[in-house]
Amino acid sequence: MTGAIIYLFFILVAIFGPLFAPYDPLVMVKENGKLMFNQAPSIKHLLGTTNMGRDIFSQLIYGSRPALIVGFTAAFFVMVIGTLVGLFAGYYRGRLGSILMRLTDVAFGIPFIPFVMVLVAFLGPSIWNIVLSMALLLWRDTARVIRSQVLTVRERSFVEAARVSGASDLRIMLVHITPNILPLSFLYGSLAVGWAILTEAAISFLGFGDPKTISWGYMLHDAYVSQALSRGSFGWFVPPGICIMLMVMAGFYIGRGSEEILFPRLRKIN
Amino acid sequence: MNQKYNYFILRIGQMLLTLFIIITILFLIFRLMPGSPMAAYIDTTFTQEQQQILMQQFGLDKPLWQQYLIYIYNLFQGKLGDSFFFRAPVIEIIFKVLPNTIYLMLGSFILAYIAGILGGVFLAWKRGTSTETVGIVFTLFTRAAPQFWVGMILLALFSFKLGWFPSAGSSPAGVVYSSELKKLTSLVFLHYLFLPMLTLAIYLMGLPLLLMRTNMLDVMGEAYVDMARMRGLSEKRVMLKYVARNAALPVVTAMAVGIGYAMGGNVVVETVFSWPGLGRILVKAVSSSDYPLAQGAFILIATVMVFMNFVADILYSLLDPRVKIGG
Repeated sequence: MTGAIIYLFFILVAIFGPLFAPYDPLVMVKENGKLMFNQAPSIKHLLGTTNMGRDIFSQLIYGSRPALIVGFTAAFFVMVIGTLVGLFAGYYRGRLGSILMRLTDVAFGIPFIPFVMVLVAFLGPSIWNIVLSMALLLWRDTARVIRSQVLTVRERSFVEAARVSGASDLRIMLVHITPNILPLSFLYGSLAVGWAILTEAAISFLGFGDPKTISWGYMLHDAYVSQALSRGSFGWFVPPGICIMLMVMAGFYIGRGSEEILFPRLRKIN
Repeated sequence: MNQKYNYFILRIGQMLLTLFIIITILFLIFRLMPGSPMAAYIDTTFTQEQQQILMQQFGLDKPLWQQYLIYIYNLFQGKLGDSFFFRAPVIEIIFKVLPNTIYLMLGSFILAYIAGILGGVFLAWKRGTSTETVGIVFTLFTRAAPQFWVGMILLALFSFKLGWFPSAGSSPAGVVYSSELKKLTSLVFLHYLFLPMLTLAIYLMGLPLLLMRTNMLDVMGEAYVDMARMRGLSEKRVMLKYVARNAALPVVTAMAVGIGYAMGGNVVVETVFSWPGLGRILVKAVSSSDYPLAQGAFILIATVMVFMNFVADILYSLLDPRVKIGG
């Protein structure tokens, strides 16, 4: 529940925030001809300004857009790819199953952030390249878990019954097995939103992010390289991290919430 | 026992195959990238002679499949090319910085797992109370917050503002240690190690904590625990002796996998604290298009990951008697 509220909040901010943001996040604010850089938080600039005179609060608001786009798009791909791979790997135990498992092992063996880093450095720092690179690897956890689940489900009697009565493989997978694994898919999908946002933030922080999009990760990168840490401009680098943290936690809560409904505990500890 | 032995051999084979595929993927990425293929191994600021020699050694004038065979052959000999930036063999560079990363990881893991296990036991003990709820939320915070952000805050607070810790690197400039052991036990080194280690540990702590807590809650409902209670043992003894010991099993396996993941995640923490480890070298290499070094660092990280996954697998099959071999 909490998770849904947090998501809703950020979705609203992403859609309507820019209408209310006091400044354009890229504009360098001047007052009386002087560049207002490194201002402390004030009424005019709720979180202060960057070392180039940009309003931090506005950047924070605009930052919600890339976060949501990256998070939900990547999560969608992760869910789809992971579920499909897991489904086929679990159902077809022979050749196809082995090949898919090998593929998953390879995906597990490739270090995640370094891979995204290298790919983005070569393909170019755009937000879609980041999403693509993430989608290429992030499906691995989902696939492994879905496969385990499929292995269990396929042994159940109603699947046996369907097979005996001549149902085709495709029909069994679609009609009988899929409904039993979808909850798990959604669980990992909601976790993936969090992972994707964290990864984009890390990539941007390392300097490989999209310079045209002000994401929260980019704000942290900006703060770090312009010595905001030694200057103690906490208003600059603390809020973006908090926003990221809230979004990821929302993903956790939604995931946990659905888990409790769908997999109720059999044993109650007094 | 014969069955277990066969399984072991099978898993080694799978590990090598996986590694092989990864190396091949890497080859394709680094050769098919934008820019001249020559740039992959040869800096154009070398003389014509040097370029020729290197071209022959890496077979850059030959068709792709031949380049691939030469690549594998070189790899086995440890020839990973020369770094553009450092003008030294890649293999020397990556093995020089590897120990720093290992120290950071080991320290963080030990800290994280001790804190995590104790925390998990504590939260399980306090089940149903408000302490537990607060504890869980706080644990989720540590897992949801970006590692580098936590590092930034610690750096800003304890290094810049309070001046308690140094802000970058692993040692003051110009310091030389007489031996590796001397370095590890010197207070100066530990002083530099502390903040990055704490940052990493905060993030890593969440998993063992939650895992331990869940396992303890499950085990607590088991019959033999009730038996112990009925026999009149104190609550504390029940907790420690019976429950904790059995709950620790999956945590150990998770640790092996965790080490693999941490190798990849180290990248950000090392960058925040300018810790001279493998991760930071990788970032530097990619930023400055130092392809040989980037490729070498990547291969090393991937190898460790694959190896640790393998170790986790073997550990799990050894420790859990219920796991059927040949599955």
